[in-house]
Amino acid sequence: MILNSERRPEGDRRGSRAGGPRSGGRDGGPTVPPAVPRSYYGQPILNRPVWTWEIPAYFFVGGIAGASAPLALVASLQGNRPLARAASAAAVGGAAISPVLLISDLGRPERFLNMLRVFKPTSPMSVGSWILASFGPAVGLGAARELLGVLPRLGRAGQLAGAALGPGLSTYTAALLANTAVPAWHEARDELPFVFAGSSLASSSAAALLLTKPASAAIPRRMAVLGAILSLGATATMERRLGELGAPYRDAGAAGTVARAAKTLTATGGLVVAVRARKGRRRPVVGALALLAGSALERWAIFRAGVASAEDPAATVGPQRARRDARERAAATERNGA
Amino acid sequence: MTYDLSVERYDGSDQHKRMGFFTDTSLCIGCKACEIACKEWNHVPEADLVHRGTSMDNTGTLGADTWRHVAFIEERQPVELGDDGEGGLRWLMSSDVCKHCTHAACLEVCPTGALFRTEFGTVVVQEEICNGCGYCVPACPFGVIDKRKEDGRAWKCTLCYDRLKDDQTPACAQACPTQSIQFGELDDLREHAQARVAELVDRGETRAQLYLSDPADGIGGGGAFFLLLDDPEVYGLPPDPIDTTADLPGIWRTTALAAGTLLAGVLVAGFAGRRR
Repeated sequence: MILNSERRPEGDRRGSRAGGPRSGGRDGGPTVPPAVPRSYYGQPILNRPVWTWEIPAYFFVGGIAGASAPLALVASLQGNRPLARAASAAAVGGAAISPVLLISDLGRPERFLNMLRVFKPTSPMSVGSWILASFGPAVGLGAARELLGVLPRLGRAGQLAGAALGPGLSTYTAALLANTAVPAWHEARDELPFVFAGSSLASSSAAALLLTKPASAAIPRRMAVLGAILSLGATATMERRLGELGAPYRDAGAAGTVARAAKTLTATGGLVVAVRARKGRRRPVVGALALLAGSALERWAIFRAGVASAEDPAATVGPQRARRDARERAAATERNGA
Repeated sequence: MTYDLSVERYDGSDQHKRMGFFTDTSLCIGCKACEIACKEWNHVPEADLVHRGTSMDNTGTLGADTWRHVAFIEERQPVELGDDGEGGLRWLMSSDVCKHCTHAACLEVCPTGALFRTEFGTVVVQEEICNGCGYCVPACPFGVIDKRKEDGRAWKCTLCYDRLKDDQTPACAQACPTQSIQFGELDDLREHAQARVAELVDRGETRAQLYLSDPADGIGGGGAFFLLLDDPEVYGLPPDPIDTTADLPGIWRTTALAAGTLLAGVLVAGFAGRRR
């Protein structure tokens, strides 16, 4: 975007700025370029998202928990006890930390139960609250089965429910961001859920790699590589499709720096785990830590990019002006043709 | 307080006529009586005074503690053909407010049901329910609703819900000395606004335009709408706002596909390497 947040000086003429190039007057009228600030003194149009660090941290932790649940089920079905224990621990641990993060971000934490006052499919946060509220007990039962050796049948039922809910827990947060007026989030709606899915696959397998001996960790090694590929691929597609709106990911600002670090760490982690898988003697600690850091930073980068995008009036005005002009041109053509 | 949670999208079936604001900015003199009346009636706390040195605007933006905001656009502009742009000073003033959208994103994303649709078709936060999750803040395409820091909850214009229930005019409209802020039944206001904009265009205000008066626009039209003398972005308003929840069915489909991909990834990793 050209306009960014600098103040428009008085008398600055309209040109190819936030609104895109505009040649000629409206409806073919006389062309007098009006001297107009294309924003209101460079001020943002949207209000800045008020969420603090707990929210991207929750995206990361909830992502790990959600993808660990189906991993625990698969490991348990295959009789891989060590892996089933590790993945159950990650699922139940993440399910325990997540509400703490979410509640501490609330303006009125004592009212957290109001989240379950209604169920609204139009609110991804409402849907997510219900997913998280049912996921916790489900993976809790699964963990009781795997870690404590009690409740074999109820534990299995919990594992199944957790495996069904977990992928939703890992990805609904992308729908939550996409359903906002923030351009860098809303316009990424086709890719964000896949970024979150890949990132969750990579980070949950990294957690399992750290908690399991290599002999039992063949599944998370393969999962880590799949997750890294999906995450990097979806991120690249997202940034390309965002075009000008993806500028925060490329710029030198906080989001861009973090985004680059996230990609480097995810790629490195995926490669290290893939290479070490051939040897399979020692835990790929470095690779797993790189994947975890890459996944956490990816969520942070997306969060920061959204904030930067909300603060840039051109990111809001530019695409809307282009859309409106195109519609008005089409209507004018239709009128003239009729 | 009784209300029907299913009324997320206003369909006109409520017992009352839909009430709203028509803000005719061509009549605004920038006195800010609306801002003061709103503050006094609604006990809106003091907001930080901003002195940007750009205009008479020391309110800045709409937010948790500013429910009316008078924008001042001061700029040099050509007054006749061939002018180099230094000819005259243009001064536009406009009192901005919550749009009380027909398709209100803030209301739709609110996970607690604190935001609701009143019997007047307006959008109001029930402060005894709001838990300050903050989702409504980035959902609003106009940057209206915001979280009050010291209080933790989300606040915005209620279109003086308490006064409406008592058949009173909202404080800002009551205080406006030039009838720039007009309050009434939305259908009547729209009709009047059409006539007014036609009159202004006839008089040579060629850029005069109605903003958010069209029920077919991206928010289904505003319960508060405007007559502007230039493009919306000049006033700090988005030129073609949408309620993003209209895209939510597609977003849910993509999310389900991504969740399925995640599950498939675990299953592939889990079963692909097994000995057959």
